[in-house]
Order: sequence, then C-alpha cells, then structure tokens
Amino acid sequence: MSAGVLLGHGLAVASILFVIGLIGVLVRRNLLFQLLSIEIMLNAAGMAFVIAGARWGQADGQVMFIFILVMAAAEVAVGLALLLRVSRRVRDLDGDAVSAMRG
Amino acid sequence: MIALFYLASAVALVAAAMAISRRNAFHALLYVVVSLLAVAVVFFTIGAPFAGALEIIVYAGAIIVLFVFVVMMLNLGPSAVRDEYGFLTPAMWIVPGGLAAILLAELVVIISGTGDGVTGAAIGPREVGLALFGPYVVAVEVASFLLLAGLVGAAYLGSGARISGGDR
Repeated sequence: MSAGVLLGHGLAVASILFVIGLIGVLVRRNLLFQLLSIEIMLNAAGMAFVIAGARWGQADGQVMFIFILVMAAAEVAVGLALLLRVSRRVRDLDGDAVSAMRG
Repeated sequence: MIALFYLASAVALVAAAMAISRRNAFHALLYVVVSLLAVAVVFFTIGAPFAGALEIIVYAGAIIVLFVFVVMMLNLGPSAVRDEYGFLTPAMWIVPGGLAAILLAELVVIISGTGDGVTGAAIGPREVGLALFGPYVVAVEVASFLLLAGLVGAAYLGSGARISGGDR
C-alpha cells in the first residue's frame, strides 16, 4: 500500500464527509441541524489538510487543521448565540421562519 | 495497519450520514460525536496524533458540548420532561454505541502492540509546535483576533441586549 493510494483514499473519505455535510445543510430546515452539518463540513476540510500533510511528511497540514479548528470554534460560538436569539424571538428553529428580515 | 484506517473511515461516514438524518437533535449529536472520534482515529492511523488529540479535545469535547448546552436550553418546558422518558431508549444508543465499540476495538489493537498502528512516519506535537510558532506565528496572532471577535460577538448576542430596530 503506497502513500499515494492512501492519499487518494483519504481525500475521497474527506470529500464524501464534506458532501454529507453539504446535503445536511441543503436538506434540513432546522437551524441547529444546519449548524451541525456545517461543523461536519469544516471537519472534512480539516481532514483533507491533515491527510495531505501526512502524505508529504510535513507539519503544515496539522497547522492548517488547528486554524480550521479555531475558525470552527469562533463560528459555532457566534452561530449558537444567534440561534438562541432567533429561537427566543420566533419560538421556532425553522430556517424558513426567519427568511423575511424586517430591519 | 491499513485496515484500521478504512474501518475508522467507514465508521466516520456512517455516523455522519446517520447524524444528518435524525429527527431528535440529541441523537444527532450522539452520532456526530462518534463521527468525530472516528476521524480522530483516522488521524492517528495516518500518523498525526496531535491533530487526533485536538479533534477529541476541541471538537468532541468543547464544540459538541456547546451544542448539547444549547439543545438543553431550547428544550425547557413540560414537553421536555415528557421527552425525557423516551430520550435514551436502548434502540437509540445501541447503534452509536456499536460504532464507538468498533473504534475502541481499534484502539485496543493499536495499544496491544501488534504493529505500531501508524502507516508512514508520524508527525508529532513537536514538529507541529515548531511550525506553528515559527513560520506561522502571524497566522496564530490573526487566529487569536478571530477568537476574540467570536467571544465578543457571542457575549453580545447572548446577553439579551436590544439590537437597534429589532426585538419588539
């Protein structure tokens, strides 16, 4: 099993994981599930970086993974605060319920 | 040890697919945790133990726990008490538990020493730290700004303050 095959298969797994997250964002209408699917997508992107870094034996892939981790943490903090705000206001977590913003 | 990689990848994909198709948010979170643990095992098998540890500590340990807090906050009221009875029936936790058991079995195989469990050369925390605070030190500073902005934004949005023109 050569390293190149491992790279290809690892990237395939990462892209399937990304597509699963994308399907979640597109199909689900619950804002909580959409945020969760975005987390899955970010995780898949980080996985691609780590796998590519492991293929060439460089630490840069893991460094990029740490930056994606930081971004996911900041995104989820703001996203969940907005989610709580929306749920308090419209008593619902349906994404379509807040599609009409009125300033 | 390449079989460990494929097994963990399969667990990650199955758990992620199950997560986005659940109706109950709590059950979905259970599957997402299993998926993240599986990705951590993948990281370990390809020789990135530091990324795997961070995956468990930050993703499964902090971000998903934040999701659990929010799910618990949203479910207040009498219906939540009723839901509590049907919350963790065996049918609900037996599949994620089984997937996690597969990961545990992989861990046992790795630790029991029938091979080092790593395909190719491992990149440890030392190399990652040297790269992080060497060529990437400016990016670390920018990331800290991002975290500060996220903290301020979450504190403001969560404080219940009036946003101008909003909340009637």
